[in-house]
Amino acid sequence: MPIDLIVNGTRRRLEADPQRSLLTVLREDLELTGAKYGCGEGQCGACTVLIEGQATRSCLTKLGALAGKSVTTIEGLETSGQLHPLQQAFLDAGAMQCGYCTAGMIVAGASLLRRNPDPEEPEIRKALEGNVCRCGTYARIVAAVRAAAGMGARTTRG
Amino acid sequence: MADRDHAPDLIEAERYELFAGPAYRFEVHRRDFFKVLGAGLVVAFALPPALAQESGGARRGGEALPGDVSAWLHIGEDGHVAVYTGKAEVGQNIRTSLSQVVAEELRVPIGSITLVMADTAVTPFDMGTFGSRTTPIMAAQLRKVAAAARELLKDLAAQRWSVDRGALVARAAAVAHPPSGRSAGYGELSKGQTLVKAIGDDVPTTPADRWTVAGQSVPKVDGRDVVTGRHQYTSDMNRPGMVYGRVLRAPSVGAALVSVDTRAAAALPGVIAVRDGDFVGVAAPNSHAAAEAIGAVHAEWKPTPQPSGAELFEYLRKNPTDPQGESARSGYTAGSVESGRAAAATRLDATYTVAYIAHVPLEPRAAVAEWQDGALTVWTGTQRPFGVRTELAEAFRVPEEKVRVVVPDTGSGYGGKHTGEAAIEAARLAKAAGRPVKVVWTREEEFTWAYFRPAGVIDVKSGVGADGKLTAWEFHNYNSGASGIRTPYDVPHQKIEFHATRYPLRQGSYRGLAATANHFARESHMDELAHALGQDPLEFRLKNLSDARLRAVLQAAAEKFGWGKTKAAPERGFGLACGVEKGGYVATCAEIAVARPSGEVRVARAVTAFECGAIVNPDHLRNQVEGSVVMGLGGALFEAVQFDAGEVVNPKLSLYRVPRFSDAPVLETVLLDRKDLPSAGAGETPIVALAPAVAGALFSATGTRRRSLPLAPKGISA
Repeated sequence: MPIDLIVNGTRRRLEADPQRSLLTVLREDLELTGAKYGCGEGQCGACTVLIEGQATRSCLTKLGALAGKSVTTIEGLETSGQLHPLQQAFLDAGAMQCGYCTAGMIVAGASLLRRNPDPEEPEIRKALEGNVCRCGTYARIVAAVRAAAGMGARTTRG
Repeated sequence: MADRDHAPDLIEAERYELFAGPAYRFEVHRRDFFKVLGAGLVVAFALPPALAQESGGARRGGEALPGDVSAWLHIGEDGHVAVYTGKAEVGQNIRTSLSQVVAEELRVPIGSITLVMADTAVTPFDMGTFGSRTTPIMAAQLRKVAAAARELLKDLAAQRWSVDRGALVARAAAVAHPPSGRSAGYGELSKGQTLVKAIGDDVPTTPADRWTVAGQSVPKVDGRDVVTGRHQYTSDMNRPGMVYGRVLRAPSVGAALVSVDTRAAAALPGVIAVRDGDFVGVAAPNSHAAAEAIGAVHAEWKPTPQPSGAELFEYLRKNPTDPQGESARSGYTAGSVESGRAAAATRLDATYTVAYIAHVPLEPRAAVAEWQDGALTVWTGTQRPFGVRTELAEAFRVPEEKVRVVVPDTGSGYGGKHTGEAAIEAARLAKAAGRPVKVVWTREEEFTWAYFRPAGVIDVKSGVGADGKLTAWEFHNYNSGASGIRTPYDVPHQKIEFHATRYPLRQGSYRGLAATANHFARESHMDELAHALGQDPLEFRLKNLSDARLRAVLQAAAEKFGWGKTKAAPERGFGLACGVEKGGYVATCAEIAVARPSGEVRVARAVTAFECGAIVNPDHLRNQVEGSVVMGLGGALFEAVQFDAGEVVNPKLSLYRVPRFSDAPVLETVLLDRKDLPSAGAGETPIVALAPAVAGALFSATGTRRRSLPLAPKGISA
């Protein structure tokens, strides 16, 4: 039975095994490869997407549980060529090295800013504790989220 | 300058990086260049001696360039600059720093440069991206290539306008002749040309004190592709008709495949199964189906006895592999340790150990392989594209010309991606499937079947005279490696040896290689000596150190930290350490905090001073230093691969702890910019002083000396 969901604002009908993870469906069926595989057990956050606006580990989320739900990936944060304030803030802060964790960090940060438009550093650290940056750019990521809060990230979709 | 890391006083190259490449002579024909690139100019860097006769001017005709070309750039008729290097981008931001040096010498905007990296079909041979060699060697070569290209363009303009060359100015991707007001873009000057020029080491380049593009904090050139998720890592790639592969793994190291039944797997829809010798794998329409298929393979294995984790250090010490040969040759001796010890007023013997640790690159090993008419193309995240090409050619018994390896900018490596396992697996499955196959290792595979930073045992014996000066230094490293094994301190009597041993887990390169282990042992021992003598650890080091560059970073870190100015609060401690490695000088001061009652130890603050000659990109350098400190604190405090009987028992991120946001200390970085000195690499060395600084801080907080890395995986009891 096909499963309907809304991905980055577009309705998608998927004929796929409901046991598959959202991550693999996004990456392998929908060509949305921004969310990454890092651990497969919800420990690294590289696969983070928003489901109904909440940061969610797509590697642990079964497709079958998502009928009618709205999914936003890193590809959906940029609107008509305009970067999400968090994306811009990550660039401005140089908050990356290899960049493999970046999409998950930004999406997790977007979820935080929806809940709290102006989080202090300890809250940012706590919210992102489940996301690993093996290159160790944590301080820069915290600075980027703080800066994005200042830029008014809350007004943007995501 | 180009071979500064082959300085004669270096004991030996890092053993775990000694991958002997083929004695390769890269031959490029003029016609090939322009067939692929279109007309324009090519300037190539060729190593001597072939160079001697070749550097005179632009070459004509169809002859080959001299051998050992290591980089070149092409300026097309549209003015686009393409730079070709075999180096790979793995997060160290060399795509940016190399673009900077080219932009500088060529006088073009960074945005008009494309760096073509790590593609064996189009970039020159390169041994690999390791050893912090990109900045001291490749950047210097590209700088010369770009400077020569700029001068060649001036030649063309002088000819065209019949004007005095000396009156020409190159700027903003154009050559201008101010007296006549004429100006022509590089593309216009190169139009209709097919010029090839080979240059050597003798091209003058802009000194660091006159840099305008290098030396600046240019942002990551492809940063926008990263933050939008648009950048395609190997694991993101898709090819028409591509299917997904998985490989059957042994239950333990050394287990032999006795029997295998792939019928149930092969019966699944769209699945093919392959058995070829010990290789068993499947390919399926998606990764979920591939995981189910590999799970449906029934196999029987026969384990072979393996050393237990508990006896690791005993095992290393008792199993030398080359007691009289290489180890002895790789040693360093000065004076007589026996007489130095005899003359000492204070003697100290101690043993230090380091655990196996994993690189945990967030992008696991990945490859996409595609065969076409007997030729193989593999995209894979590796630090050694040409080495992987050799592996593939050997595995499939095809000539290297039939194999192309392309490395998309990769989700990190840290020395952990020198090999081509996933590439070979994907290629084998693609051969069987008759279509492209992607293999992405699971995290568990990465934790189990990649290779680790070697574990090691280090014995140190020392002596200090009544005047507080070192008299003797004896240092034996078992298995962990020889990088950074020499002491920078002034010691008249020394004996330093690396001992190769048998080892229980697959091991290889790491960030800073064995320098992390050797610095941990050496600097911990220096700290112990200072305390034994009742001296301040900083003063004791300075008293025994004449290397001015090392003294400078040590003093800079101490000053920024406020060393000696304040006393640590209860349950807190201060420590410091320093070292020189791969042309970089580093000192770290750390403050640690012990939480009560949990006993958990964390690094509260780390101040690192680093000097690597002239700084190419201050912000990216700072980023590398910060990242090294954060990565280093994992190995210092809690990272360890646990294993028993050939089986890794913590092969998941939920079982193997890596530093997270809550572990990140307050980071302060002092960069010493030595514009008078050539630039050295920076991705590795800043990691080496963190662990011993933390060990010293832990001792000052608790009064107990810990000599094993990780220092406090389970915290410390009160």
